Amino acid sequence: MSGHSSYEFKNPVARWLDSRLPILSVARAQALDFPTPKNLNYWWTFGGILAVMLVIQIVTGIVLVMHFTPEASMAFDSTEHIMRDVNYGWLLRYMHSNGASMFFLAVYIHIFRGIYYGSHKAPREVLWMLGVIILLVMMATAFMGYVLPWGQMSFWAAKVITNLFSAIPFFGETIVTWLWGGFSVGNPTLQRFFSLHYLLPFVLAALVFLHIWALHVPGNNNPTGVEVKSGQDTVPFHPYYTMKDLFAIVAFLFVYALLVFFLPNLLGEAINYVPANPLQTPTHIVPEWYFLPYYAILRSIPNKLLGVIAMFSSILLLFVLPWLDTSKVRSGTYRPIFKQFFWLLVIDAIILGIVGANPPEGSWIIVGRITTFWYFFTFLIIFPLLGLLETPRPLPSSISDAVLSKKKTPESAAAPAE
Amino acid sequence: MSTTVTAEGNRRDFLYIATGAVGAVGAVLSVWPFVHQMNPDASVLALASVDVDLDKIAEGQSVTIKWRGNPVFVRHRTPKEIADAKAASLDDLKDPVARNANLADNAPATDENRVVGGKEQYLIQLGVCTHLGCVPLGEQGPYHGWFCPCHGSVYDTAGRIRQGPAPENLHIPKYKYIADTRIRIG
Repeated sequence: MSGHSSYEFKNPVARWLDSRLPILSVARAQALDFPTPKNLNYWWTFGGILAVMLVIQIVTGIVLVMHFTPEASMAFDSTEHIMRDVNYGWLLRYMHSNGASMFFLAVYIHIFRGIYYGSHKAPREVLWMLGVIILLVMMATAFMGYVLPWGQMSFWAAKVITNLFSAIPFFGETIVTWLWGGFSVGNPTLQRFFSLHYLLPFVLAALVFLHIWALHVPGNNNPTGVEVKSGQDTVPFHPYYTMKDLFAIVAFLFVYALLVFFLPNLLGEAINYVPANPLQTPTHIVPEWYFLPYYAILRSIPNKLLGVIAMFSSILLLFVLPWLDTSKVRSGTYRPIFKQFFWLLVIDAIILGIVGANPPEGSWIIVGRITTFWYFFTFLIIFPLLGLLETPRPLPSSISDAVLSKKKTPESAAAPAE
Repeated sequence: MSTTVTAEGNRRDFLYIATGAVGAVGAVLSVWPFVHQMNPDASVLALASVDVDLDKIAEGQSVTIKWRGNPVFVRHRTPKEIADAKAASLDDLKDPVARNANLADNAPATDENRVVGGKEQYLIQLGVCTHLGCVPLGEQGPYHGWFCPCHGSVYDTAGRIRQGPAPENLHIPKYKYIADTRIRIG
């Protein structure tokens, strides 16, 4: 499906360039003419949305750095300086901080879409695993960015999260001191986090390039999970999906704008407007919303080392999902039982998030333990067994077939997506 | 010493392997400065000690000192607190060792080993929860010792872990009495 198009450029300059560096013909083949399944629904637009969010974060980040001072005694004040003095500084900072939230919202939808439609299955395992690496790098980037304003929550988030490494037997304390550059979180920690927070988005951009490359080898999965069989099944990416993606991007930016302009601190913590104080921990420390489910898993396990292991495993499990989900049928649309467990998993993740936002007391501990158990049980027991036990519904013979039969029988048309 | 000559191994192969090995070792060694620069620097290490006057701390009062970026709790304990700490059975403790940098690593976590003999009203310890590093709150929790608001670890009046996820007793830094009521931490 991939490969160079045989297009000959009419413009002599374009032809001259392309014969020396085929950048134009590759762009044409991969970004414009790329054959794409004609049945992709709106859940597929989150890839494009994510690319836009990465660009927004990099652009707003670069200009914020022009006004920010990454030094412990000045970081908080320079953040306030951005908010109060810099022209449109408030807008740029709110775009950047809420942009991180929107980025994670989109990435979680993108991941759940992949799980539902079996986009991780052969031949797209490497594509999927690159995606998991992107998630991990995103998380590291977001965490270090959250530390930079040097408020109370920034400081204590840094302390608690870096202290996770102290659970490592024997070398734990040495590793943590090395990460901090001191005996506590301090200026050396802030400066290295700043350096890495600037670097990692470009690493992300490189990983996204690999992710798209790995996507363009087998081509897109689609809501039926049936491979493309003929040219009948595809349409060129441009204009069909450039325009569909653009529409979804604009809709997504509406929600983003709502946060930035009307509720800029909705997802933040008020206590982070108090400068960092190494001698006092806020009474209720919570991570940003996008880390809450992992935080709930960490706290559900009463042993420090095992809690840390469980938390990291909850993400590392995704690496082996292509082999845990044993079903030969890709799309959840044709898997009546899988579909139910999939939505249970979504609900489970949301409950874990709610547990993570609440203090570890009373019934929250029990709810946290049940949902943590269910998360791992779904991936390690249910997904492998379902592939062997479940009887899938008959698959359409091709994408075109599925699209055309949908028109004839309206009752089956409601099945996919939602 | 056998001198078997094989078709594969000759002088040139040896030179290739030796050159490659030296290059690999050099590459690995050159990584060290880039790793070690992240360790505490000289200015951080220079802030190694701090003196505290204990006579200014009334009975039942605590002060928090900043030492190497971390809070150090200095508490003048009440007789009841000392009695409660002494009454605890070693079998009830989650962490059986004292975590006192002034004693051997395996010293048992008795109340005596958490303080200095004759000065047992003064409890000096790092105010850093051994779970994930938050600062516990004083005179709180079921043992009226310390309570960590982050993940609910409970310490008794000798700073020993009694409940919750923290694995160790609050650490006791190296300190010594340089006068009757004056200590030097670090």
